[in-house]
Amino acid sequence: MQFNNLFSILPAAVLALFGCVLLLLRFDSSRPYLIFLAFAELLAAIGLWRQTDFLGFTGFRGAILIDPFGIAFNAICLVAGLICAVGAYRYMEREDEDHPEFYGLILLAQSGMYLMNSGTELITVFIGLEITAVSFYSLTGFLRSNPRSSEAALKYLLLGAFSSGLLLYGFSILYGLSGSTHYLNIASMLATRNSRDPLILMAILPIVLGLLFKIAAAPLHMWAPDAYEGAPTPVTAYLATASKAAGFALLLRLILGPLHDLRPAWEGLITFAAIASLTVGNLAAITQSSTKRLLAYSSIGHVGYILLGLVAGNKTGIEAMLLYLLVYTLMTTGAFLLLSALDREGVTDFRGLLYRHPGVALLMILLLLSLAGLPPTAGFVAKYMIFLSLVQARQYWVAVIAALYVAVSLYYYFRIIREMLHNPDDSPATLTISTGWRAAVGLTAILSLGLGLNPEPVLAWARSALR
Amino acid sequence: MSLYPITTAHYVILSGALLLIGAAGLLMRRNIIVMLMAIELILNAVNINLVAFSKHWQQVTGQVFAIFVITVAVAEAAVGLGILIALFRHRGTVIADEIDLLKW
Amino acid sequence: MDAALFYTFAAITLAGALATVTRRNPVHCALGLIFSLLGVAGLFLLQAAELLFAVQILLYVGGVMVLFLFVIMLIHLEQAARLRQYSRQWPVALAALFAVFLEIYVLAQSGLPGLPPSPQPRLNAGGNTERIADSLFYVYALPFEAASLLLLIAIVGAVWLARKKEQPQ
Repeated sequence: MQFNNLFSILPAAVLALFGCVLLLLRFDSSRPYLIFLAFAELLAAIGLWRQTDFLGFTGFRGAILIDPFGIAFNAICLVAGLICAVGAYRYMEREDEDHPEFYGLILLAQSGMYLMNSGTELITVFIGLEITAVSFYSLTGFLRSNPRSSEAALKYLLLGAFSSGLLLYGFSILYGLSGSTHYLNIASMLATRNSRDPLILMAILPIVLGLLFKIAAAPLHMWAPDAYEGAPTPVTAYLATASKAAGFALLLRLILGPLHDLRPAWEGLITFAAIASLTVGNLAAITQSSTKRLLAYSSIGHVGYILLGLVAGNKTGIEAMLLYLLVYTLMTTGAFLLLSALDREGVTDFRGLLYRHPGVALLMILLLLSLAGLPPTAGFVAKYMIFLSLVQARQYWVAVIAALYVAVSLYYYFRIIREMLHNPDDSPATLTISTGWRAAVGLTAILSLGLGLNPEPVLAWARSALR
Repeated sequence: MSLYPITTAHYVILSGALLLIGAAGLLMRRNIIVMLMAIELILNAVNINLVAFSKHWQQVTGQVFAIFVITVAVAEAAVGLGILIALFRHRGTVIADEIDLLKW
Repeated sequence: MDAALFYTFAAITLAGALATVTRRNPVHCALGLIFSLLGVAGLFLLQAAELLFAVQILLYVGGVMVLFLFVIMLIHLEQAARLRQYSRQWPVALAALFAVFLEIYVLAQSGLPGLPPSPQPRLNAGGNTERIADSLFYVYALPFEAASLLLLIAIVGAVWLARKKEQPQ
């Protein structure tokens, strides 16, 4: 069997190539860009699907590993990218910034995520992480005439570069400990080490902190609400889902790979981050008056739930993380995109939406119920799996705390729903809706409900991804 | 540990000190340009580590890694300064906490 | 001899870094950074990393610093130099500093515990640049190509963000 190196990065190569070509195109409307982008994502998806026949192969001397885990995370990122781009064009037209660079950067960021998801070598994953991060700095500040956008981009960049520096510092110590940048060699060199070793702590602490920043987990979340609020809303949707998923892929590959036997060195930090994210995310969301900020804080809370799968640490826990990430991606992209159609972002701007636009309001209610984790939505299945893994791992106290925060989250999600049921006042927010937006938000809402009614396919998918 | 002869540990300590100065500068200064410079200091601390370990293991992998770190530093500085210029156009200031969002 | 050079370059690096984060005038900060980067370049040379020494000076001191100085000149900073220079982030900064201090203390006590001994010297067998080129284009071909993509994105991003939005006529 002749296995080509290029094949192992085919999806990333396609995305990068189309992204570069997209930068050169100029059309009068944004539709051709979208078709182009969708075509690139489709090709990448086909490449990804073809990879299922080559599981276990490595490319570029061990830099890329083709396994179900990477394919699953890449699928999540592809879905998020497609949904956000398709739902974005009317928003970008409204802001008068519907340029090909926007769609080009979305594709280029995606190629970086591929390296993060599938890379098994420190330099490769780091360059992938930076490709993703630099694209997102640019996308966050994309609305040049809006000072909030530039400020958000600068804050994201300053703290993002700091966390990259921390991560790199950890990588440099890891290289010093093992003399190699490949995960397999690192794992064999670290196998004999004690988790109390100061050098091990010097490596693990900055790496985990740097990655907690990338997934916006407390206590390193302070950039997230501001960056999410200032960024163009479709970019927020993309940033809150795909970038986070890729960060989780990188974290899991390191923690379940070379660092797995050093569990005592990172377990405490991860548990603390999970509980802190639940606390900060859910409590801060209560008082927000802007829906965008509210959703930003709630996404920090969701990171807390996802991290709980790692706290449980058993097979169910990791499966639950994957399942939760997929469901979270669907409902969060949906909610942010729905918000992008409104011209104002306050919680009270949803007032009377049910009477003026019943269809849109019902979609939002569906997404909010799923975010809150109520049956029969997919959000419930995801949370159920997380709690199941915690109970299996006998982490009862953690499960109780997490369950309390589910009750808290009900309050602020229902605040938005209550506003929608109120009578409309004098100057309601106006909606700009496109066909692509309808398709994107409709799909996420339907899947949020459908996967809850029949969770068997996604459960099987999560199980197969961890074979 | 003695001052002489110079070992890998000396370089790692120097790198730690540089990391400390860089992190302190980034967290405490208000001038955004100086904050961007502090990031360069942090990345240089990483490079000192990488090259020292490269010498220790007698292989060039660490030096190759350092080249990539320099590339990343350049990319981040370029985008950071680009955003800074856009922001200066809006606000006329480069002081971090006079820009609303940059209070942390 | 090596020790004297190490301590000289280390002193230049740290003094430059301190100047960077403490000076009022951003131009002075940039000069401090240049000194610090030159000190690091000297350390690279001490460790037989000749190519990195050249790259550090040409690319960093020559390229990045010009960029910084260019921006400093572009946006006039006289008023910034007269203002309060430090934010009120003492608790966060102190926590971060404490962690690094602890690290330095532990290392100064024990050196690098458990690091395997250095193998036979063969770092630059066949020339430093040749070895790096081998490694870069053979083992690390993928990140090398990806880095070109990263630079492209940085160019597009920087140009997009810094350019003024065209006003419709």
